[in-house]
Amino acid sequence: MTEPLIFEISRPGRCAASLPELDVPEARLPQAFLRNDLPLPEVSEPDLVRHYVRLSHLNHAVDTGFYPLGSCTMKYNPKINEVISRLEGFAAVHPYQPAHMVQGCLYVMYVLQGLLQEISGFAAISLQPAAGAHGEFTGMLMVRAYHRDRGDLGRTKVLVPDSAHGTNPASTAMCGFEVVEIRSDARGNVDLEDLKAHCDEHVAGMMLTNPNTLGLFDENILEIAKIVHGCGGLLYGDGANLNAIVGVVRPADLGFDIMHFNLHKTFSTPHGGGGPGAGPVGVTKALADYLPGPIVRVEIPDEESLDEGLYFYPFMPPKSIGRVKAFYGNFGVLVRACAYILHLGIEGLRQVAEHAVLNANYLRVRLQDTYPLPYKRTCMHEFVLSGKIPGAEGVRTIDIAKRLMDFGFHPPTIYFPLIVPEALMIEPTETESLETLDAFADAMLQIAEEARTQPELLHNAPHTTPLRRLDDVRAAREPKLRWQP
Amino acid sequence: MKVEQGLLYMESHEWVRLEGDEAVVGISDFAQEELNDVVYVELPEVGDTFAQGDVFGTVESVKAASDVYLPLSGEIIAVNKELEDSPQLVNEDPYGKGWFVRIKVSDPDEAKSLLDADAYAKFLAEEAKKGGH
Amino acid sequence: MPYIPHSDADRAAMLDAIGVKHIKNLFADVPAKVLYPKFKFPPPLDEQTLLEHFRFASDNNANVNDYMCFLGAGAYRHFIPSVVDHIVSRSEFYTAYTPYQPEISQGTLQAIFEYQSMICALTGMEVANASHYDGATAVAEAVVMAYNVLRKKRNKVVMSPFVHPEYRATTRTYVQGLDLEIVGDDTRQDAQSLLSLVDEETACFVTQFPNFLGELEDFRGIAEHVHDKGALWVVVADPIALGLFKAPGDYGADIVVGEGQPLGNPLSFGGPYLGFFATREQYVHKMAGRLVGETVDAEGKRGFVLTLSAREQHIRRERATSNICSNEALNALAAAVYLAALGKCGLRQLAEICYHKAHYLAREISKLRHYEVVTTKPFFREFVVRCPKPVAEMNEALLERDIIGGYDLGRDYPEMANHMLVCVTERNSRLEIDTLVRALKEVS
Repeated sequence: MTEPLIFEISRPGRCAASLPELDVPEARLPQAFLRNDLPLPEVSEPDLVRHYVRLSHLNHAVDTGFYPLGSCTMKYNPKINEVISRLEGFAAVHPYQPAHMVQGCLYVMYVLQGLLQEISGFAAISLQPAAGAHGEFTGMLMVRAYHRDRGDLGRTKVLVPDSAHGTNPASTAMCGFEVVEIRSDARGNVDLEDLKAHCDEHVAGMMLTNPNTLGLFDENILEIAKIVHGCGGLLYGDGANLNAIVGVVRPADLGFDIMHFNLHKTFSTPHGGGGPGAGPVGVTKALADYLPGPIVRVEIPDEESLDEGLYFYPFMPPKSIGRVKAFYGNFGVLVRACAYILHLGIEGLRQVAEHAVLNANYLRVRLQDTYPLPYKRTCMHEFVLSGKIPGAEGVRTIDIAKRLMDFGFHPPTIYFPLIVPEALMIEPTETESLETLDAFADAMLQIAEEARTQPELLHNAPHTTPLRRLDDVRAAREPKLRWQP
Repeated sequence: MKVEQGLLYMESHEWVRLEGDEAVVGISDFAQEELNDVVYVELPEVGDTFAQGDVFGTVESVKAASDVYLPLSGEIIAVNKELEDSPQLVNEDPYGKGWFVRIKVSDPDEAKSLLDADAYAKFLAEEAKKGGH
Repeated sequence: MPYIPHSDADRAAMLDAIGVKHIKNLFADVPAKVLYPKFKFPPPLDEQTLLEHFRFASDNNANVNDYMCFLGAGAYRHFIPSVVDHIVSRSEFYTAYTPYQPEISQGTLQAIFEYQSMICALTGMEVANASHYDGATAVAEAVVMAYNVLRKKRNKVVMSPFVHPEYRATTRTYVQGLDLEIVGDDTRQDAQSLLSLVDEETACFVTQFPNFLGELEDFRGIAEHVHDKGALWVVVADPIALGLFKAPGDYGADIVVGEGQPLGNPLSFGGPYLGFFATREQYVHKMAGRLVGETVDAEGKRGFVLTLSAREQHIRRERATSNICSNEALNALAAAVYLAALGKCGLRQLAEICYHKAHYLAREISKLRHYEVVTTKPFFREFVVRCPKPVAEMNEALLERDIIGGYDLGRDYPEMANHMLVCVTERNSRLEIDTLVRALKEVS
């Protein structure tokens, strides 16, 4: 089952848009600048709609089935948030309208800043970054600015655990820092001895995800913060795994100086097939002046003019690293997250974390006797298995992943974190029912059995999807990156 | 897996063939097997100079990217243009058509620090025993 | 809690299977002294109250559809055909993740492949990625890419002062940790005269089309000079303008980026938008962001996959070309549906309508006393008017007449106080334009 390209259903003269008549006299067009050819498709509206609706049928999505993709928090995306973000008073507002015309938008941003502060324990928030990696980059630029501002120019190294997301070292390098990898110990925590050995006056900071990418809460977190602060470094928190602890622990209480939130993970905004997201950054008081702006502040009227109400206005912090994008951030994403948080309240958020952790541990217990579990501990919102099934040596994790599709499940994250060979990283999220978890566990157990008895079934999987396994070597060796007639 | 005689090797799996004051550099059969299907090789420009052990290029498969290190200090005098369109040559003929660069060697004495074929084969055997892979 | 399906019995059975008494026991690794702190938080809102709350907030905004709006400056009010929101509201698209498993993600993958193809067609380039966060970050990443293409040997960037001010600011933020200097802020320079700053130390030359003042600058000879110096030429382009005007690729540009919002994405107070990014095939390995490529499946059927990912951070980590991971895929989908809906003829026709209406307004304003249309070069849908009063004051007066005036250029260019950047799109009827002209007369 494949769908032709939109270019292939194109026929000269068709158009799916109806434009208004020109109601002014024509002006002379600057001939030298005009283009001759515009090779865009030409389709009617019915053909256009069928094309995209058919394409949509080829996707697995949260709304079509279980999506236990580790590190991505593929939870249900509440529909009320979609309704709210599309209200005309939000969707049809220009970012350069004066502040007094956009008090509603600024109010939402102000409220969200406050909610994220309370959830995290940080003193200040900037909503500007557009994604998690963007937040990391923002945070590391602030680390750089903080040290330089104090005349401390020798801090060139940033410590990153070997279990970290790839974005951590990449964001660090973009700021001109040197990345130093820190080992994990036998329990999956940061190896404290290795950490101490690398902590000196050249350390600008450390990037840490807690719970980490193994789904384990680093028990030594307070000690780690002490060691990093002890050598003058700052501790950066990758908030990708906040879903495990939201409403249960405040990251600032763990010793983090900076952290980004992934609103598209913890706070339920949809992933959109890869984006948009939003990656607000929270910081301690000492770093608040370096935040990227604009951030939103409020003017509280004195008693005489009280009925005029509050006045919200954008503000650029005095030592700001500057803008990290145009305008105010991904406002449409911010509105959805704000609605989600207000809908659930702190008690609801606590239940989110608790049930995310409950679901992950339930699946862990159901699978750990069949699939090797390299770190035998209570996990948080996710856990990592190895695809090296005893007695099925020819089968690789990729085969297990592909076979899962035949059962209607999206595979877990595979081959990450890098420190677990043949890794399968499973994050069920709190929005999945016991029946779904059991069905998934049953499928995983059946696949393990098939791996031993009929490995070919796995090697050739998937069998029931619109397409069979795709040739990604050919795609990379002979890149075909656009349609050409 | 083949370790070609007559070449010198690095523990990072590059080989070098000395030809007078010039030398040809590539990656070993072991390295290409580990990488799997090579899809892209990034090479330096002719005229660039590197010290022994410097990163001079990158080799990519679908799921990995590895830096490649220059076994001897020198100036790049030729690069294997064929790899642009046919990166699979690295898999098919790592010691022949899959060569990476030709250099003008600036200090032939550095060759002493490299492994000969037997020493490299022994190194690979020891690594395999450690169970690194 | 509507989104958590567990019954008490479910919880009990699961805890029993795990072998702990309470959910709280699962948090034993967390230091006890920081567990379960006291939060200061508003009580939860039910769905109905929540909607009322946000409706109240949104009603506190003046939305552009209730006004005659002449504000652009990087975010444009174009009509969005109904099909666009209908398609992007399909939850098979918006609740999917990055298409890492191609067998069950062909919908997203093919849609992105088509998007890449359309961006190439529009810009006249050979490869386009699946999007950046917005126009500003696309420019910043283009500069970083040029620096990398030239192997970090060239440390100067010549950027036109009439690249969007927020794009220039963002680029400066992005290169803080790199050894790069940005020059070219002198506003007396145009693209041609800035060229003299491009030398053997220059990594790239960055210009905008139309520039921030709405003008179409003369691009002839730029590519030759920039390439002669061994540098790259980055063009920041408006995608609607490209429906009518020659593609930057035809002028010899090396990287073409821009803000994709005008293509079917709502104003939404500045985001989420999308940055489009296109370049020549020879630079594809230095380009940031995701790429979809065509291939075949095990049975030889055509299919699409994420490809050349060894450039990206999840594989190359600190040696990656960029740290970008999440992008703006859904906004790119909207842009693709929009481009397909308007198509070859529609986009051209739309661009012409904007052009003619903007020129009609300019002609009418130039007849007014106390006002001067400062723009002398050819322009597209924006132009500069010198007003008799500060722009903020003008705009307040216009607002009393239900008109949202143009952008205050004095904000960014001190010598352009009292200069307003006026924008006209197909949304502005002749009646609206005439009303603006009358209003300007009244408030002068």
